[in-house]
Amino acid sequence: MDYRKKRNINQVVWFSTLRVMSFIVVAILFCILGFILYNGASAISWDFLTTMPQDGMTKGGILPAILGTFYLTIGAIIFAFPLGILSGIYLNEYAGKGWIVKLIRMMTNNLGAIPSIVFGLFGMALFVNKLKFGDSIIAGSLTLGLLVLPIVIRTTEEALKQIDDSFRTGSLALGATKFQTIIRVILPMAFPNIITGLILSIGRVSGETAPIMFTAVAYFLPHLPSSIYDQVMALPYHLYVVATSGTDIEASRPIAYGTAFVLIVIVLILNLSASWLRKFFGNKVKTNS
Amino acid sequence: MYSIEAKDVNFYYGDFLALKNISMQIEKNSVTAFIGPSGCGKSTFLRLFNRMNDLIPNIKLEGKIMVKGEDVYSKNVFVDQLRKEVGMVFQKANPFPKTIFENVAYGLRVNGEKNKKKIEQVVEQSLKGAALWEEVKDKLNRSAFALSGGQQQRLCIARALAIEPSIILMDEPASALDPISTLKIEELIFELKKKYTIVIVTHNMQQAARVSDKTAFFYLGELIEYDNTDKIFTNPQKEATQNYVTGRFG
Repeated sequence: MDYRKKRNINQVVWFSTLRVMSFIVVAILFCILGFILYNGASAISWDFLTTMPQDGMTKGGILPAILGTFYLTIGAIIFAFPLGILSGIYLNEYAGKGWIVKLIRMMTNNLGAIPSIVFGLFGMALFVNKLKFGDSIIAGSLTLGLLVLPIVIRTTEEALKQIDDSFRTGSLALGATKFQTIIRVILPMAFPNIITGLILSIGRVSGETAPIMFTAVAYFLPHLPSSIYDQVMALPYHLYVVATSGTDIEASRPIAYGTAFVLIVIVLILNLSASWLRKFFGNKVKTNS
Repeated sequence: MYSIEAKDVNFYYGDFLALKNISMQIEKNSVTAFIGPSGCGKSTFLRLFNRMNDLIPNIKLEGKIMVKGEDVYSKNVFVDQLRKEVGMVFQKANPFPKTIFENVAYGLRVNGEKNKKKIEQVVEQSLKGAALWEEVKDKLNRSAFALSGGQQQRLCIARALAIEPSIILMDEPASALDPISTLKIEELIFELKKKYTIVIVTHNMQQAARVSDKTAFFYLGELIEYDNTDKIFTNPQKEATQNYVTGRFG
């Protein structure tokens, strides 16, 4: 067989293999999504989204869980975003290349690889017990904040790293200070990538169960929280409860699917808006390259 | 008083001696070209004048660099003030992802200039100074990236002019441009000489011969020869210079 023919067959074999592999991955994903959307869609109604659970969580809605997830996520953002973004800026723009910085960076990466249940236990030890916040929105938010802090730092650092140094030198050569350079040139350019990372981290936060299990959530609450020191219900934990330890698991199955549906839709919307925002801002800050 | 004066300069990257015992005086309102093969230290030397090398870790400078009689590496000099006095244009045009107007206004804004009238006036004046005004006056609010490479480079020159420096350093400003854009930059340099002291690093021998009053030839970190441009190109004193300008190596 001549060489060119052999090469072509090789190509075809490899392409086909890769295509089949990616198809399998996508198919699995769609099966999961489809299964939940199919089973959950019938449970979804305006009442489901806006009323309290009833009859031992076998009927009624999931309003407190939606609100709880919302509060916890907002709290985590308020804590983690400023801290993480500023740390990222420091690490990439100010910190040199010394061993301390290397250590910080290594620790940050390791922190990101720690299982979330460990964060949950740490949050319980520190925020719930030591600082006496009790099981509360604030303790849960701080724990979730810690969980995404490494992601926020990494995201910011990576986004800044992508900005070509010629923009920094260009600005400095015009007599701008380092601070002015970062604020006026570098951050606006890195913004699309930073914002994308942030939104993805929101998706992560809103779906986590382990970190809030011991720090914030309740099995069931008859009323909505009134302060940041109150316990809350939350979507992922609510799903866990109605699926495994509800009063009547069979009866609350539609509620479980409905909850999963809502959770998935929230995360999906966040991820889609992330890619949309990246495109939107990306168009605004186009560069030569 | 000289515009720029270097006295017994040795410069190290880590342990590597990049510039060896260089002394040089550059006159006001003149164009000086630095030529020499890649890695000879000419860009490094240029970047000492506005302390751009400060950004590189592990560097060491011995000797003195004086700008308008003042030691720029002394403790009471503020780097950002120095860089307003000594503007710089880079090899690769590096406009900011802002409008044409904002690119030129940038230096004024970081300088604390708030007066809108003043800013508008300086932007126009700078764009005229960089021979770009006629081409962009109707699209000042368009992105700087919409301009061609040559226009972008002239925008960067306008941006440097806007902070009203007395010295402009150009690091191979035309090496990425087509011949027509290059010609425009060279004409511009000729114009700018009336008001500014210009130091230009170039790989293009004809360019050095065309635009400069004086030429300095660097080789392996040493200043081999520094003299009037026509002398360097027609009657160099050193053999290395002769070989380089006639294209025998480099």
